[in-house]
Amino acid sequence: MASRTVLTGDDIDRAITRIAHEIVESNHGTKNLILLGIPTRGVLLAERIAKVIQRHYPEFSASASVGRLDITMYRDDLSLHPNRPVTETNIPAAGIDGAVVVLVDDVLYSGRTIRASLDALNAHGRPSVVRLAVLVDRGHRELPIRADFVGKNLPTSREERIRVQMSENDGENCVVIES
Amino acid sequence: MSQLKHLLSANDLSRDAAIGILDVAEEMAGVNARAIKKLPTLQGKTVVNLFFEDSTRTRISFELAEKRLSADVINFAAKGSSVSKGESLKDTAQTLEAMGADAVVIRHGASGAAQKLAQSGWIDGAIVNAGDGTHEHPTQALLDAFTIRRRVYGVGSSAGRGLDGLKVVIVGDVLHSRVARSNAILLNTLGAEVHFVAPPTLIPADASNIKAKLHYDFDAALAEVKPDAVMMLRIQSERMNASYFPSEREYSRVWGMNSERLAALKPGALLMHPGPMNRGLEITATAADSPNSTILEQVSNGVSVRMAVLYTLLATERN
Repeated sequence: MASRTVLTGDDIDRAITRIAHEIVESNHGTKNLILLGIPTRGVLLAERIAKVIQRHYPEFSASASVGRLDITMYRDDLSLHPNRPVTETNIPAAGIDGAVVVLVDDVLYSGRTIRASLDALNAHGRPSVVRLAVLVDRGHRELPIRADFVGKNLPTSREERIRVQMSENDGENCVVIES
Repeated sequence: MSQLKHLLSANDLSRDAAIGILDVAEEMAGVNARAIKKLPTLQGKTVVNLFFEDSTRTRISFELAEKRLSADVINFAAKGSSVSKGESLKDTAQTLEAMGADAVVIRHGASGAAQKLAQSGWIDGAIVNAGDGTHEHPTQALLDAFTIRRRVYGVGSSAGRGLDGLKVVIVGDVLHSRVARSNAILLNTLGAEVHFVAPPTLIPADASNIKAKLHYDFDAALAEVKPDAVMMLRIQSERMNASYFPSEREYSRVWGMNSERLAALKPGALLMHPGPMNRGLEITATAADSPNSTILEQVSNGVSVRMAVLYTLLATERN
């Protein structure tokens, strides 16, 4: 199995910083901004993005504006796989009604995870806007879904695997293509 | 985690599988606490509640769990059927199979009915035992374990944990109680220490197969064990075809939970009852309505735990 590093830790940091600024720019500030990470690594990315925003815009509180959205129970492929573990969902106390919600995930591929997370959001409230930020967009969409903020576009073949490593979870920071 | 196909007995659950279900139940409890209590998870699946025996809370609890997961629910109350039991169970099962049931939740007066349904080949779907005779009631044991875990460790810090080292005293009609049997098995699996307190006439002959310490004096047992939870069992008059104790008044005095015994418990100890209660017989009203009592928590936790069981059995590949 061949593997190739496509993003180093520094590349990831720069991508996160840029996404953070793009999010604030498109929202004309940090008002009503909520970041919801999709487990596992989407949550870590959301936390990192929020920290960058807080550093540049002190009125933004990372701890009060970041949550996690487990979408396991909304998946459309539950009957095709062995039982999946369910993890915690944690919506910021203020709720998401009328908020600008940015969903954050590590890799955008078929789009089915995002479809599921849009359904999951419905059960928690009605945001005024929902946007999508991903670290890597690898193409091969199966649904009409696109990301608003992308760290890196990576053309891949379906046979390849993208592995995102984050220090909180995996001990190092990098994005690797395995084929 | 090896795939669970049916839930017939608390013995079907390894420690990991049991903790896995309790952890999913934590998330289901989160769903049950929000404004929109509905998940699309079991869309298109059909679940049949096949109840050959009376039940209020178990049937409603399962029905609510199924509906909150978006399954199509059919309630089948077979009471009053004149066909002989084996025959009618087979016919009913084959009918349900022909209608494409993905799961059957069965309560039956005969011990082993759920097992029979699962092993007969009459039906392909998942079988959940909702109480079979005096044998087992595994979802009740899971909801009791869930209740203990949440009270002892706190709601936010329960995930992933067993019940290691906790002491549970189960009191009363152990002989007729499927709740006692399933609880004893599951509590042992999760690392808790189980004690039975009962009159000798209400201890089953096969009690030595169950890992539990036997006591015949309630007050002495409470003083010796210092339990974290006390579980009172219902006196099952409908199954009592002989006199197991002299009178209800005597039973209540010697084996019942009352204010004095409640005061003897350590602070924060749980007082549990699977319901329905005979107030004034195995438990006084004061005890049942005390802050130690988890009786209503057990009912609401039942829905979350049954959602977790259905999720584990049905939201997966089956072949």
